[in-house]
Amino acid sequence: MDYINAFWVGGLICALVQILLDRTKLMPGRIMVLLVCTGAVLSAFRIYDPFAEYAGAGATVPLIGFGHLLYQGVNDAVAECGVLGLFMGGLKASATGISAALIFGYLASLVFKPKMKE
Amino acid sequence: MNERMGHQSIRFGEPVYIRSGASVAGKKEGEGPLGPCFDEIEKDPLAGEKTWEQAESALQHRAALRALDKAGIKNTDLRMIFAGDLLAQCTASAYNLAQLDVPVYGLFGACSTMGEALSLASMAVAGDFAEYAMALTSSHFASAEKEFRFPLAYGNQRPLSATWTVTGSGACVLSKVKSRAAVTGVTTGKIVDFGLKDSMNMGACMAPAACDTICTNLQDFGRQPEEYDRIITGDLGSVGQQILFDLLEKQGYDIKRQHLDCGMLIFDDAVQDTHAGGSGCGCSAVVFASYILPRIISGEWKRILFVPTGALMSKVSFAEGQTVPGIAQAVVVEHMEEKD
Amino acid sequence: MENQKNEQTAKEYEKYVKKVTPTHSLPVNMARAFLVGGLICVLGQYILNTAQAMGADKEEAGCWCSLILIFLSVLFTGLNIYPKLAKFGGAGTLVPITGFANSVAAPAIEYQKEGQVFGIGSKIFTIAGPVILYGVVSSWVLGLIYYVMQMWR
Repeated sequence: MDYINAFWVGGLICALVQILLDRTKLMPGRIMVLLVCTGAVLSAFRIYDPFAEYAGAGATVPLIGFGHLLYQGVNDAVAECGVLGLFMGGLKASATGISAALIFGYLASLVFKPKMKE
Repeated sequence: MNERMGHQSIRFGEPVYIRSGASVAGKKEGEGPLGPCFDEIEKDPLAGEKTWEQAESALQHRAALRALDKAGIKNTDLRMIFAGDLLAQCTASAYNLAQLDVPVYGLFGACSTMGEALSLASMAVAGDFAEYAMALTSSHFASAEKEFRFPLAYGNQRPLSATWTVTGSGACVLSKVKSRAAVTGVTTGKIVDFGLKDSMNMGACMAPAACDTICTNLQDFGRQPEEYDRIITGDLGSVGQQILFDLLEKQGYDIKRQHLDCGMLIFDDAVQDTHAGGSGCGCSAVVFASYILPRIISGEWKRILFVPTGALMSKVSFAEGQTVPGIAQAVVVEHMEEKD
Repeated sequence: MENQKNEQTAKEYEKYVKKVTPTHSLPVNMARAFLVGGLICVLGQYILNTAQAMGADKEEAGCWCSLILIFLSVLFTGLNIYPKLAKFGGAGTLVPITGFANSVAAPAIEYQKEGQVFGIGSKIFTIAGPVILYGVVSSWVLGLIYYVMQMWR
């Protein structure tokens, strides 16, 4: 069941974003920013958690999950250590994703050569 | 006597002969409909160099040498070269020309540069300022994509109106020494801006400029479209072509029967998935040297109007939300009977 | 006056251009995005489930999920497969975390010729940078609101 939910919720988010891609002049980079901010907002309004409970990876794999991680990190850190938490929690919670992308991305630049599109 | 026609055109007193045309194209271009026409097809996208930018220079260098060779002259016989490309500050031309050891004027007219180069080279020869002058341009898919759009490995979808930058370079040697093809007149294009901002729909950005230059050419020379066997635009693509037809119709001209577009000639969208067509300074240059020029020399076409089109924007102007102005440079090329 | 007239003609021209410019079929593109995006999420779910079965807690499982998906995306980017997948899947490859990884790896590979620091080093953030920046700032702003509201209570 969790596979089906992940499939249709994740797929639906992608299909909706496809409308933005095709019908507006929004560049892909802007759409990514939009998704992350949306995730943070959903998380702040406590909508994200029940949603992720239902959809599993369908909610965490899309970039809104990244926004949620950032906000959740801030939220938890604020609860724990007050104002300093505002500056600590976000990157801490999303560290795996950012580090992995940067480290693997860097390694890729050592291993792979630029290739021509066909 | 050279003669000024209207406000924007020149008719040369003596024809400026095209002594030779040479083209070097990339692999994808070689697989296209014009594959058999190119002088050389470079299968390696890096052309044996280290970077895309160097590869573009290398293609340009080979096109220049081939054109010299075909014209039967040495680089030292050239009085000047008019050259340009798509890279920032025309570096592809600069690094190529540094090796050629010939006086140079570097040009930027975006994808219209071959029209600009041919016009200026013709004027230089017609004015007796050069015995031999060369027009030379190039573009490279990867260097253009990297500079203007996305890194090549970045995943994105191209809209149907997008064009595919041609990898290749074309060169022509102009002179008063007779041959079967000659430039007999030029119309200098004005920058036309209809306020469009979509850099993924260059055809629509450039079509108004093409329309303006074609109309001006017809009026300045007092000709009807039928007096040209072909009117060949640079890289409007299928979308731009439709718009050009509509715009010209409003001006009372119908060029549907004689219109061709270099961008649409060079690729077959059905097989090659290039969408609206080819583009880039190399596009009109290689098509002119490989496909158009031989037909004029053979006499299949007696007189054509060659109108390369360019979209004059930069990465910065795009980021700052500016419009994409267009330009089109027209060159009248005619078949010459050998009388002697 | 002149400007207003220009703006009007510009708008008319834009409208006309929109009419004559062909576009991809939106339903087809949406279906593809749905399929590809959905499948990537299913793969993510598989990693989550497997990690949890192997004894990871929910948070750790999430980390493994991101880690493996990002690794695969970077690998496919280097092998020039991801752009092909993206051409088919559109938003289906952009929206998942794999799209983020692609946007990091692609400039890193492309700009290696421009050097370690100003080539790879700065260009690696071309797209990832804004995502991280606005993610951090927006969550900070929201966190600040949360903090202030807590003080009131």
